[in-house]
Amino acid sequence: MDKNTATEKNTTIIKNATCTFCGCVCDDMELTVDLDEKCIIKSKNACVLGKAWFSEHSVDESRPVALIDGKEASLEDAIEEAAQILVNARFPIIYGLSDTTSEAQRQAVAMADYLSANIDSTSSVCHGPTGMGLQGVGEPTTTLGEVKNRADMVVYWGCNPTDCHPRLSTHFTVMPKGMYIPNGRKDRTVINVDIRSTSTTNIADLFVQLKPGSDYELLSALRSISRGRRLNPSIEEQTGVPMATIEDVAHRLMSCNYGILFFGMGLTMTRGRHYNTGALHLLAADLNEHTHFVVKPARGHGNVTGADTVMSWQTGYPFGVNFNRGYPRHEPGEFTTTDILVRGEADAACIIASDPIANFARPAIEHLKKIPVISFDPKPTPTSQIARVALTTACYGINVPGTVYRMDDIPIPLRPAFESPFPSDLDILKPLTERIRELKAH
Amino acid sequence: MTETMILVPMRTTKQGTTLNAGKLKDAYKETTSTAEIKQEDMDRLGLKKGDRVRLRVGTHAVVVSCIPRKIKVTDNSSGLIFMPYGPTTSALMVDGDTAGTGMPASKHLVVEIEGPLAPEEDDG
Amino acid sequence: MSSTLRIVNGKVYDPANDIDGQVRDVCILDGKIVDSVPEDAPTIDAHGMVVMPGGVDIHCHIAGSKVNLARKFQPEDHRYDPHPGTEYTRSGSGGVVPSTFATGYRYATMGYTTAMEAAVPPLSARHVLEELEDTPIIDKGYYVLMGNNSMLHQLLEKGRMEEFREAVAWWVKATKAYTIKLVNPGADEMWKGKKNANITALDQKIHAFDLTPRKVIKALIDVANDLGLPHPAHIHCNNLGHSGNYETTLETMRTAEGRRVHITHIQFHSYGGEVGKNPVSAARAISDFVNDNPNISADVGQVMFGKSVSMTADAPLAWMLRHVKERKWINADTECESGCGIIPFEYQQHVYTHTLQWAIGLELFLMAKDPWRMVLSTDHPNGGSFLNYPRLIRLLMDRDFRNQEATRVNQKAIGKTSLPDLTREYSMQEIAIVTRAGPARLLGLKNKGHLGVGADADITIYDEMDNKEEMFNAARFVIKDGHLFIKNHEFCADHSGRIFHIAPEYDKSIENEIRSFFDDYYSVQFDNYPVSDTHVHNTEVIANIPVT
Repeated sequence: MDKNTATEKNTTIIKNATCTFCGCVCDDMELTVDLDEKCIIKSKNACVLGKAWFSEHSVDESRPVALIDGKEASLEDAIEEAAQILVNARFPIIYGLSDTTSEAQRQAVAMADYLSANIDSTSSVCHGPTGMGLQGVGEPTTTLGEVKNRADMVVYWGCNPTDCHPRLSTHFTVMPKGMYIPNGRKDRTVINVDIRSTSTTNIADLFVQLKPGSDYELLSALRSISRGRRLNPSIEEQTGVPMATIEDVAHRLMSCNYGILFFGMGLTMTRGRHYNTGALHLLAADLNEHTHFVVKPARGHGNVTGADTVMSWQTGYPFGVNFNRGYPRHEPGEFTTTDILVRGEADAACIIASDPIANFARPAIEHLKKIPVISFDPKPTPTSQIARVALTTACYGINVPGTVYRMDDIPIPLRPAFESPFPSDLDILKPLTERIRELKAH
Repeated sequence: MTETMILVPMRTTKQGTTLNAGKLKDAYKETTSTAEIKQEDMDRLGLKKGDRVRLRVGTHAVVVSCIPRKIKVTDNSSGLIFMPYGPTTSALMVDGDTAGTGMPASKHLVVEIEGPLAPEEDDG
Repeated sequence: MSSTLRIVNGKVYDPANDIDGQVRDVCILDGKIVDSVPEDAPTIDAHGMVVMPGGVDIHCHIAGSKVNLARKFQPEDHRYDPHPGTEYTRSGSGGVVPSTFATGYRYATMGYTTAMEAAVPPLSARHVLEELEDTPIIDKGYYVLMGNNSMLHQLLEKGRMEEFREAVAWWVKATKAYTIKLVNPGADEMWKGKKNANITALDQKIHAFDLTPRKVIKALIDVANDLGLPHPAHIHCNNLGHSGNYETTLETMRTAEGRRVHITHIQFHSYGGEVGKNPVSAARAISDFVNDNPNISADVGQVMFGKSVSMTADAPLAWMLRHVKERKWINADTECESGCGIIPFEYQQHVYTHTLQWAIGLELFLMAKDPWRMVLSTDHPNGGSFLNYPRLIRLLMDRDFRNQEATRVNQKAIGKTSLPDLTREYSMQEIAIVTRAGPARLLGLKNKGHLGVGADADITIYDEMDNKEEMFNAARFVIKDGHLFIKNHEFCADHSGRIFHIAPEYDKSIENEIRSFFDDYYSVQFDNYPVSDTHVHNTEVIANIPVT
């Protein structure tokens, strides 16, 4: 081997790779992969979050594939231990699923079915209330390409895509030129509605600041105007938004050619929750009497939409599903994970590709710490630290092929960059499900 | 000095990049334990950039550092504290009630803010 | 499980092979029908029973993005109708839009072994294929939406017919679809681009394109024929649901100029009267045209009273229905390809229009001279759930039952139809045609819908009963690919079924042009769009037919 090749890296380039960090699921990544070091050294087209996603998912081969009670264990022993925990539980729960492939999600629902378990995704603490709004009033919506091609009005309400979905505006919705938007940004109006100024406000033509917790009132006021009704002047006091601004916004929404309302946790995590999202869906529906108007939740994790989608086709319900009676039942508040934990009902938990210990409400975390937990994650997390069985997995999109559903329900294929020595979620869920079926049969 | 304010957990680019690096690493812990407060509120409370403050909900409290909010477009966010989601904000979500939705009230936490703290004061 | 089986003593109905109720053996070896099996092969004694090929549904909405939205937004639809699992089968939920598992098992329970999902935007191809994989027992496939495709519109308006044909072939192959579907051609551009307008006539200009629906329809009928697709262009005509729309339907059929075409849920397109006023029946005019033109086939799209869901790529239609009763409504635009609307609905006997629709569907069945070309569907779940098929069969086979039902509906509407004068009763053989042999032949599925040597051993055995609704409600035995899955009304095994698709050849040079269109107007990368062969399992490519 001569000097040159010895120092040259064994690299390969993956074109049209998919970033699964956020719900944008950008599929135009060009990854330069160091095959010897098993890491991605360059990710062209990625945003700042995507670059971190790709660069920080090198493989640490020194990590054990599994820990049982903090001690290194074989994958087989870990699967056996996990199966025993789940089969012996009276109220096992399966939770997470937003950062894994739809193939693994399908297997997880199968496992829940055979186990008569409860299954729920991170949707329930994310856009779960959006799903409830949908169940209540429906939803006029679209794929992102139609926004690029047609939307001359883009509203960001209670969300901050510039920080959380950096390429949403630059790649899909605001900056690009489209079929009927020949001049890109110049042909669009951007309105930002929020309780605070954010980096998204910087790209908006109009910033509407409302008082915290008054979204429902402001949405209702806009609906009233679109239906030709007069507003009670008290709306200014309730929302903190001047009447002239409300009327201006309503007029702009009604007179555009193709409008879209993106929204985020500012509506789902605050007072009103599904009433807020329902009101927003109805505002868009009402605006269709004047023009074409759609909505789109700016969804977070790479395949959280897939979790809703898969659970809906397999069970009829998007999240918060319980198989205890041998068939699926759905009830937010009853079969959603936070509630089950806060009430102290679950006696075992299988957490797949998510980290509830880092972001659940305190009483839920306290109960989770009391019961046996099985965790699936490529990295150590607060949840894996408290797990009875902690499994190290390969990372979807980086090591694992499959399908993910973008925030607009479009299925996108994954092109893995390099192989991981660790199993995928699906690689574990399949034998785990089989073992559970065996144990249940006896 | 002590005052009642509203804590709004949120996401930031830094929170996103540091969680990719690892949630057990210092950078993630630091950014998810840093409260952003409007300059005028900082002034009123006698806080300087980097000062430590205690945030309390009922009997539960955390100690975090605070920085003034940096925004380009001015707003009226007086009385609001912003901090990236993470274990610290979770520790202040003491009410697990979801009003029958599955979703705890996560973005509107009424907290008591106390500070600046002396360096030796412990968490909690 | 044995790979041989002999069914003895049953009355066999196999219209494709002119077997009309004779008692004879049916032999099975390795998933296929054969002449004979060894003497010691396991047998099913079908004495007192009727043996038919497994049912084939030519048009239903059972999987994919719009179906799943309809599932997701109607928890109330599932809650009263759980579908428990068994030792062999997965659980699910029922209602008018069941979960995938419940869909497969419930079709099988009725004796159906093949069903085709009728409308999917190409961009959602992976989604529908993944759902179809999770739809057990039955074989299936799907039709891909092409009638509102912006790139194809561009090629057509420039008259680039060769490129148009290559692009269509690329699209069908890339998405692993079964045939070309048109839904309200031209309307999506009006809907999305012109503040929710709609197409009202075949020669109207499609907003932003120098093009008319007629040109789109003609071009796609021609391409399907020129490519030799096993099933021709499958058309949901313009003006669905509007009074007076039968003229649009006739014009659409004339546009085929004698070439093969399938008009779907033709009942919804057989209304006389003036736009905006109450419809009247135009079943006679439509039926006469179909009877006289052997190039035309249709499925009825019968309306059945009770709960339904209007789910359609015809977004303006759903918007119109939203104004009938302001209910929850979904609209879903797909970039460059499609629209979609979903509305929960209920057909009520006392309502004039609903009764009229019900009666028109029955008129179309009873006036059809060639049942091979006027086959059974409810456009599930648009006209009602597929679980209504047994009841519909009874309406066709049992005149007394039909007359009795006709006394319970809106009499003013019935008076405007010829239903009371139609005395025809379908024979068992004719039912076998409209539910199996006919749809299989129209689909070009040579191994389905009959029991001749070489056919797939998809067989249903019903108890022979006077009440045909009860009879067809639950098969006693169901055999799929030679294996017994339902035995004495109970599941005794599980099965994943196959996915049928076609793979027409095309000139590769068209890809560069499509790629450039994608770069400009799509939100996904061209290279990530085609569904790879490894993505779906248990697929079978159905070969093209000789071009006529």
